[in-house]
Amino acid sequence: MDESLSFFLSIAPTLLAAVPVTLTLTFFSALIGNSLAVPVAVASLSPNPLLRYPSAFYIFVMRGTPLLAQTYLIYYGLGELLPGTWVQKSFLWPYLRDGFWYAIFAFSLNTAGYTGEILRGAIMAVPKGEIEAARAYGFSKSLIFWRVTLPRAIQICLPTMTGETILLLKATSLASLITVWEVMGTARQIQKVTFRVYEPLIAAGLLYIIMVFILTRLMMIVERRINRHRLAPV
Amino acid sequence: MDTTLKVEDLHKKFGEVEVLKGVSLEARTGDVIAMIGSSGSGKSTLLRCINLLEIPNSGRVTVNGELIRMKALPDGTAKPEDMKQVERIRSKLAMVFQGFNLWSHRTILENVIEAPIHVLGVPRNEAIERAEALLAKVGIAEKRNFYPNHLSGGQQQRAAIARALAMEPSVLLFDEPTSALDPELVGEVLQVMRKLAEEGRTMLVVTHEMGFARDVASEIVFLHKGQIEEKGAPREVLSAPKSERLKQFLSSTRH
Amino acid sequence: MDLASLFSLLSFGPDGWGMRFVEGLVVTVEVSVSAYLVSLILGLIGASAKLSSSKIARGIADIYTTLVRALPELLLLLLIYFSGADAIKFVLSLISEDFEDFEVDPFAAAVAALGFIGGAYMTEVMRGAILSIPNGQIEAAKASGMSRFLTLRRVILPQMLRYALPGMGNLWLSATKDSSLISVLGNTQDLLFMGYRASAVTKHYGFFYSVAAILFLAITVISMIVIRLLEARLNRGYK
Repeated sequence: MDESLSFFLSIAPTLLAAVPVTLTLTFFSALIGNSLAVPVAVASLSPNPLLRYPSAFYIFVMRGTPLLAQTYLIYYGLGELLPGTWVQKSFLWPYLRDGFWYAIFAFSLNTAGYTGEILRGAIMAVPKGEIEAARAYGFSKSLIFWRVTLPRAIQICLPTMTGETILLLKATSLASLITVWEVMGTARQIQKVTFRVYEPLIAAGLLYIIMVFILTRLMMIVERRINRHRLAPV
Repeated sequence: MDTTLKVEDLHKKFGEVEVLKGVSLEARTGDVIAMIGSSGSGKSTLLRCINLLEIPNSGRVTVNGELIRMKALPDGTAKPEDMKQVERIRSKLAMVFQGFNLWSHRTILENVIEAPIHVLGVPRNEAIERAEALLAKVGIAEKRNFYPNHLSGGQQQRAAIARALAMEPSVLLFDEPTSALDPELVGEVLQVMRKLAEEGRTMLVVTHEMGFARDVASEIVFLHKGQIEEKGAPREVLSAPKSERLKQFLSSTRH
Repeated sequence: MDLASLFSLLSFGPDGWGMRFVEGLVVTVEVSVSAYLVSLILGLIGASAKLSSSKIARGIADIYTTLVRALPELLLLLLIYFSGADAIKFVLSLISEDFEDFEVDPFAAAVAALGFIGGAYMTEVMRGAILSIPNGQIEAAKASGMSRFLTLRRVILPQMLRYALPGMGNLWLSATKDSSLISVLGNTQDLLFMGYRASAVTKHYGFFYSVAAILFLAITVISMIVIRLLEARLNRGYK
């Protein structure tokens, strides 16, 4: 028992150093993916079939195939295509050697699909009366979208988005399979080096539990702010 | 007095059903026109055709001397030629809805300043000043930082009226403003509307409140099945109706 | 390599990978179905534990669902796989020395792990569904003298199914996708593993991973059709 405890303490710094990697992966994938989700959602609701079908198909593929398969496809597939092309000689190449950016790319695309579907439902749920009022007051189509539709839709789907962000945090563990040294990958490496099977995994598990807890609290604060019902003094 | 709003021979079909069968109407500055009729008579549709929330199949709408340019389509319907013109004219025709339709993610104050800032380009400080004055005028100044969901129906509707007034419109369009309110809240809204009429605003009001129509309107228009059956001053129309159907309608509603 | 020769790689002859992918598809479906069944059982147990009057049962179920939902599937898979295999080996070694070299079948361990994970989510789905059953239905059963077990069998379970179906459908789709995780355990012969093998051997990564993805999509499409049919059938008699 004592020996296990000291082992935990010895690997703690290494694992903790990997936490920022996990958090960065989560943050950027969420940022890019959720931003992409907006045009995906809008396109899927468009009366124009040239917009509707491709985006519906995109959402379908992202949600219908495993994230791991998508990640492998992007990492190995692009890794197969890119060498020998102009990209190798460009300033982008150092970025593209590293699994980190492929991971963000794959996770962002996946998030765009899932969030796109959620946003789609939320946009449809925005009360029609409020949109009509904006029309009646002379708001242009784009003004209506940015001032009424999108803010309301985000408000509506925020609880679901909290869940999705947690899932994204957990999904970053898959980056370990394409040579990214986030928490999971670091734990696996420690396993190989120290020949201890359980302790690294348990330690990583504890870290994930803590990260999920903190993230959940953070999202609750965001939820409260966006759904604020301030009562001002009379 | 010049003509603020002119509607000529409006037709509107929903699928196979013709809801407006050639309606014409004129509102001069300061007129308060009450539109009455049973449900399905087309009165709401008429109102919504004026600010093009519904697009009439044919007919002309002229606001402040400017005709809204329409383009006829091969399938018998029509569409506006220039959306920018429509948006501009809409900003001069503020509407008050039966369901209030306040933007629930914004406070009352933010609701009132939203359109002036983003549609008319009014500077924020000026918009806020105007809004505060209007909220005081309709009697809910203390609710400025509340969200619509926290107000009673009557308060929400008064806020909606303030929102409409903030656009300094040429014509105020009211679509059954009190129909969704509990009876005890109707009075406070009608009071505000009466004040506006006394100030000389041009108002078009679709309503079931006969008392309001009798006391405040300068003209009553009775619609039946998409056509204007009878119109005239309240005293004549309500006490001595000429058309059979208007007589029937009046006897079935309290007035 | 041009498209035609690429596709020839998928042929069903001895040189082609076509057959191997079909086999991988079968393994994936087998794993998914088995894991799903495990999660169904665990879900029923977990839901009844969460709804029971026993604080201990509720506590254990709560820890179970909270833990599983806070940890990445990959982590849980590895933990349970290793510990499950070791636990079984340990138990067996107590019985007889002959079992010391016993290797737990990766299939069984993976199924257990995936089932354990799915069970936590299934618990929530079933719990929510049972709570959605109008109280009156259960009261009517009690009033007509049904025993608790009979009530469970004839009233609660059928009705719960109706409310739970969307959630259960989603969990099936998750199960088919999560099954791809077992490819990291090594020689598992599932669909994604086949993609890995084929592309590692031929170096045509993009092509073979796309093939794997398309086959997963096929599983999804067929599953969605079946789910929709089930939903329609189950909702007969309701608006």
